[in-house]
Amino acid sequence: MILAELALTPPYYLVLSALMFAIGATGLLIRRNPLVMFMCVELMLNGVNVSFVAFGADLNDVGGQISVFFVLVVAAVEVVVGLALVVAINRRRADATADDVSLLRG
Amino acid sequence: MAEFITFFFGAAIILAGAIGVVVARNAVHSALFLIQTLLGVAVIFVVQDAHFLAAVQIVVYAGAIVILFLFVIMLLGVDKAEDLGVEPIAGQKPLAVVVGASLLATAITVVLVATDGATGVGSSDPERQLDSGILDIERIGRVLFTEYAVAFQLTAALLTIGVIGAVVLTRSQSPADRLDDLDPASMDLPSLAPDGANDEHHDDTVEEDAS
Repeated sequence: MILAELALTPPYYLVLSALMFAIGATGLLIRRNPLVMFMCVELMLNGVNVSFVAFGADLNDVGGQISVFFVLVVAAVEVVVGLALVVAINRRRADATADDVSLLRG
Repeated sequence: MAEFITFFFGAAIILAGAIGVVVARNAVHSALFLIQTLLGVAVIFVVQDAHFLAAVQIVVYAGAIVILFLFVIMLLGVDKAEDLGVEPIAGQKPLAVVVGASLLATAITVVLVATDGATGVGSSDPERQLDSGILDIERIGRVLFTEYAVAFQLTAALLTIGVIGAVVLTRSQSPADRLDDLDPASMDLPSLAPDGANDEHHDDTVEEDAS
């Protein structure tokens, strides 16, 4: 049986991570709704988290998991500030897309 | 073998959810697809024996961050379908797909050429080694509060700054309104409450602002 000989090596995780990152980057460029753009950034961050854990497991070191922990904190702060910006923009102008605020002024 | 099947199951969940986030017209659907992706990532973490991170992934990401997204979507009432056909820059979408495909090709080339795995060696410190027999939550706790204590405290500062920034950005009284309140011409007018009575409270706030 061929399947029994297969082992999960780091490249499996890294290819998955690359796919998540690329899908997130494509979405970030395609979508115009700032909320969905933030979700695409979360996708990219999660792709990187997967590769952090894979590298940590490969090197038998907890550093990869610690990095994921810090990425998680930064992602939470990014979402809080980003959503505050979205709320502030929408108060001035409803249905604003990323193109409407490209000059960064009201 | 079971590990392998779980990995592909998790990867299928992740990729289906990721594509859903990008192509869903409704922002609420995007958020729900994002939850699906995050749960898939938690599955991948479990496969790699990172149980603490899997739990944190579900609690913090799916439980807090995506709920915050949904909360803002509902608050702003922007849960309408978005017209994905609008292209403010001609050819933006094909170019975006090209850029994404290039990123993917570059990353996969690097991964598959470097078949030796990660270069370098892990720590020889048994506290940092993943197979040293202690629970991973205990291992992360010990390393986080000793070696990474400074970085940990910096994240505390970052969180505080983030909260203050969110409060400043979403304050109900924008600086422009405040200038109007302090304008002498507008202060001469008696301010009226919705029921038509003189609004004493309004004058109080103006005095507080001036002091």
